[in-house]
Amino acid sequence: MASLIQEPVDDRIYSLNLGPQHPSTHGVLRVLLKLDGEYIVDADPVIGYGHRGHEKMAENRTYEQFMPNACRMDYLSGLIYNHGYCLAVEKLAGIEVPERARYIRTICAELNRISSHLLWFGAYVMDLGGFTPFLYAFDDRENILDILDRVSGSRLTYSYCRFGGVARDIDEQFITATRAFIARLRSRWSDYHNLVTKNVIFINRVRNIGVITTDQAQRFGVTGPSLRACGFAYDMRKAEPYEIYDRFDFEIPMETASDAEARYLVRLREMEQSCRIIEQALDQLPAGPYRNDKVPFKVKPPKGEVYFSFESARGQTGFYLLSDGTSYPYRLRARVPSFSNLHVLVEVFKGTLVADAVSILGSIDIVVPEVDR
Amino acid sequence: MLEALGNLLGADLSRILVGLIAVLLFSQLNALFLVWLERKVAGHIQLRPGPKEVGPFGLLQTIADGIKLVGKELITPFLADKKLFILAPVLVFMPVLVGFMVLPFGENLIIRDMNVGVLLIFGFSTFSVLAILAGGWASNNKYALLGAVRSVAQNVAYEIPLLLSVMAVVLTVNSLRFSEIVAAQGKVWFCFFQPVATLIYLICATAETNRAPFDIPEAESELVAGFHTEYSGMRFGLFFLAEYTNMFIVCAVATSLFFGGWHGPFGFALGIPGVVWFLLKTYFLLFVIMWVRWTFPRLRFDQLMNFSWKVMIPLSLANLVVTAAILKFI
Repeated sequence: MASLIQEPVDDRIYSLNLGPQHPSTHGVLRVLLKLDGEYIVDADPVIGYGHRGHEKMAENRTYEQFMPNACRMDYLSGLIYNHGYCLAVEKLAGIEVPERARYIRTICAELNRISSHLLWFGAYVMDLGGFTPFLYAFDDRENILDILDRVSGSRLTYSYCRFGGVARDIDEQFITATRAFIARLRSRWSDYHNLVTKNVIFINRVRNIGVITTDQAQRFGVTGPSLRACGFAYDMRKAEPYEIYDRFDFEIPMETASDAEARYLVRLREMEQSCRIIEQALDQLPAGPYRNDKVPFKVKPPKGEVYFSFESARGQTGFYLLSDGTSYPYRLRARVPSFSNLHVLVEVFKGTLVADAVSILGSIDIVVPEVDR
Repeated sequence: MLEALGNLLGADLSRILVGLIAVLLFSQLNALFLVWLERKVAGHIQLRPGPKEVGPFGLLQTIADGIKLVGKELITPFLADKKLFILAPVLVFMPVLVGFMVLPFGENLIIRDMNVGVLLIFGFSTFSVLAILAGGWASNNKYALLGAVRSVAQNVAYEIPLLLSVMAVVLTVNSLRFSEIVAAQGKVWFCFFQPVATLIYLICATAETNRAPFDIPEAESELVAGFHTEYSGMRFGLFFLAEYTNMFIVCAVATSLFFGGWHGPFGFALGIPGVVWFLLKTYFLLFVIMWVRWTFPRLRFDQLMNFSWKVMIPLSLANLVVTAAILKFI
């Protein structure tokens, strides 16, 4: 377990604090490393610096009031969390959602997934020392933020979904902008691949680095792109289709190498699949109301419990809600993917170099506020 | 007799004095300009304009930054080795200035045309790694120490192929004097005779100056800031200026050794003065180094060492032997 006090430096093994303030821990994560030269003997992630007590907060807020909290757990895929939370409450309270709203939500959630992966792509290459792809990715991501900003009024923590619909309808301009963005993103793949994927230095930094064995992945409950890079094509959107994901034709990208490169490739290919989902959803988009007007101002689900899990950009996320019949949830529990994905590193880090540790940590794609909650 | 000696001394002294002032002025202005250029190049590569607010084209941005650095508090860590900690930034800048003494800017624009110019410049440039080690050690910080240790290992590994590639040129000209080496390239530059040596020199020079993709000692995503993690204010500024001045020197040496110094291409000067040719070529090489930095990710430390010991050193050694053999039998 975490020994919070640094041990004295003996003659060979010494400890090094990677974080909590460190450029490549992406937030306030602290990893206590025991090093022999530059080789890692032991790694111990110390979490909790960003703990805000979202689960406790939920008990003192109505279902609507908790909505902004959901996006703040994982600020990079806020809309997906928001969407997932709404679906969980709707399932608990039995709220009907109009068809158009379901399509709008799916489109926005997938846009958010692309933006999250784009940011990850840039930040990961920056962890490896390449600065320029970071800004290219941000340039593309800016388009998504603009699109979502127009409909939700926010750039990062959207709170766009409502119980039984969405806050605002999308218009023709949203559709043209989204289609233009997809065309633009597709034209950028060759740039990304030429600049990064085919770069010999990059390949040397990611190939056979940070292999997560299938056994480790199962023991630690690794999900998301990290699991799909181990040869499991497991994605909640296909495994237990929710919302309207069963209506679209898309694939679950999978790699078998289990290393950092496999995780990188899976994420890049996922962006393309998200583009496909958005295109199909835009084609099928029905007319009609964008919100269920019959939903009361204060949602009061009947007594009971619900567990709803969905696929965020980082893996399988779940909300467990226990209702006692009032408008306040009796208990809320969130299962977050970053938490389990982070702790597999304890085993993966052993025997690697400090530089590899940065590469592996980046390839897992954790969001620290999500780990701490 | 005495009068003649006095004249000589006077002429010599004034020459040294003028040279010193010119070097100090040029090296400072040049470093400021290079920092601006780097940010502009980085900006345009990254689809953004770079500095543009302070002064025309943002030219005064680095001066503003310099003033900011001078105004900052100099923090010395509590458990640092104080003397060494203060000395290190000075130590890193001194040898850089010496390098300017022997650089052949033009046919008659050399402060001191020594017969061991090449040796002097590489001898002194090795000093900077000593300063980095001192700074990293004295900071009493694990990240700084790791950076310093990496820096020493890297410099030792890359100095060998660097010098071996330079030796190939020295063998061809049979002189260590910069003016003679440049004069020998009046018609054809040595980069055409020695393509392998040129390539090795450019790669090793990038590594010598700790530039990306070889910026392992200050790899910010791993070691925070490497050897200068604990340095603040103008002490950090000196490390920074030294890095850019060092870059200028290695590129100027590359220009004189491989790209014909003050000569135009294939003997065509096109009416442009030699010093302009020299600076043009040097700044072009600097641009290439910046271009590389903003394009590639960073190598891992062990890969870097392997690359030097397993590829660069055997290659440069083979190049030297082949050069020597050809010179012997022709």
